[in-house]
Amino acid sequence: MLDKMAPTGTSHKMSARDVRVFYGDKEAIKGVSIDIDMDNVVAFIGPSGCGKSTFLRAFNRMNDTIPSARVQGDITLDGENIYSNAMDVVQLRARVGMVFQKPNPFPKSIYDNVAYGPRIHGLAPNKTDLDQIVENSLIRAGLWNEVKDRLSESGTALSGGQQQRLCIARAIAVDPEVILMDEPCSALDPIATAKIEELIHALRGRYAIVIVTHNMQQAARVSQKTAFFHLGTIVEYGDTSNIFTNPREERTRDYITGRYG
Amino acid sequence: MNPSQNEHTIKAFDSDLITLRGLIAEIGGRAEKAVEGAMTALANHDLALARQVVEGDARIDALEDQIDRLVIQTIALRAPMADDLRELVAALKISGVVERMGDYAKNIAKRVALIEPGQYIEPATLLPAMADATRQLVDDAFTAFARRDADLAVAVCAQDKTVDDFYNSIFRALIAHMISHPEHVGAGTHLLFIAKNLERIGDHATNVSEMVYFAVTGQSMNERERGDDALAPRPANA
Repeated sequence: MLDKMAPTGTSHKMSARDVRVFYGDKEAIKGVSIDIDMDNVVAFIGPSGCGKSTFLRAFNRMNDTIPSARVQGDITLDGENIYSNAMDVVQLRARVGMVFQKPNPFPKSIYDNVAYGPRIHGLAPNKTDLDQIVENSLIRAGLWNEVKDRLSESGTALSGGQQQRLCIARAIAVDPEVILMDEPCSALDPIATAKIEELIHALRGRYAIVIVTHNMQQAARVSQKTAFFHLGTIVEYGDTSNIFTNPREERTRDYITGRYG
Repeated sequence: MNPSQNEHTIKAFDSDLITLRGLIAEIGGRAEKAVEGAMTALANHDLALARQVVEGDARIDALEDQIDRLVIQTIALRAPMADDLRELVAALKISGVVERMGDYAKNIAKRVALIEPGQYIEPATLLPAMADATRQLVDDAFTAFARRDADLAVAVCAQDKTVDDFYNSIFRALIAHMISHPEHVGAGTHLLFIAKNLERIGDHATNVSEMVYFAVTGQSMNERERGDDALAPRPANA
């Protein structure tokens, strides 16, 4: 599969090279490069409007859904350019799943929420296989024990934290390689947040995980690598333990210590 | 990287840190003063001053408590990061070290009454100079803290060798003196402990400097930037 490797000859799960995202004339992301690996959870932090969510959405072409948005540069998944014409976007979003800020379960049963993806992607040849996928996904999302006796109840009847874990189960069900999380805990209470964070720990290594968070303590808790975004660029990208104890850049320091202008 | 010129968005955080810096300056100043007072009391056989130093140590202990509580409270309430976190950890460790300095000064002051005045013990004439060098180290260490001065912190560690050299010199001279003047063994032993206390205070000044260096740079001070290891036992007749 050498021909599928990134131009740099690396084996990163995903790589972004000189990525620019425009909303109309406004350049929201100004030439950002980063590598995402399987063994790390990567956190994107930065003030509102710095571009971190925009950049995150570029990793599974969610920006395609915004008419004014344009993306330049290369983003590769296993060395394959996800913006090439040959890329099947539906397939891409199965491989690179996403969890949003506000839990958004479908107004269907818990079972159907998780089964939806495997069904449309034809991953389960029969009911037994589908049952197995639903159960495994809910187990991995740490929700199985709480819902196993009421799989036919509506997903929207769950608590906010449970809904978010249901959304994670839904993302996991299509066996993705990368999971993008856009502030997955900002609508949750501390207990539900802790459960999601624990879940992120448990999922680490099986999936490459990128999380956008406004909560710096959360970034410090769940990630091994942290990228600090400011005004559409990455100011600093490094080991989380270093970023939060001894950042190299003044702008990073001022932001994480709460001195951001 | 220079200390940030920007204030925290949460102003109360800045005032916590300013309070903390004030407390560190105060505890450091009191420790320095205690060393000075104890040595002056020794030189003049001033028992009242010695008692003042002993009693003043309670204030140093109380300051240590106050600093520890403020640091823990600030970590819990403000979730500090980067420079702020390192400064708080440094302050916590420094307060413990300064409390020890105070104890050594108190120990010197307690010995004042136990040494009969008027006994001329030649090696003891070096003690005031050693005390000055030690007091200067303590002073520089806290200046380094106040100014966030990593270079001065490194200089303090290098300068500690002077105090160590004084100690080794006084140690050897006192032993020799006590052998030839057995009637001075009592006073000589007290003076030996006093020299040892000063040497330990100097070491603690380097500990303070190492914490300052860490707080400012995020790195631990390189081994080679420290002075020689004064704690390594040396043969008594060396």
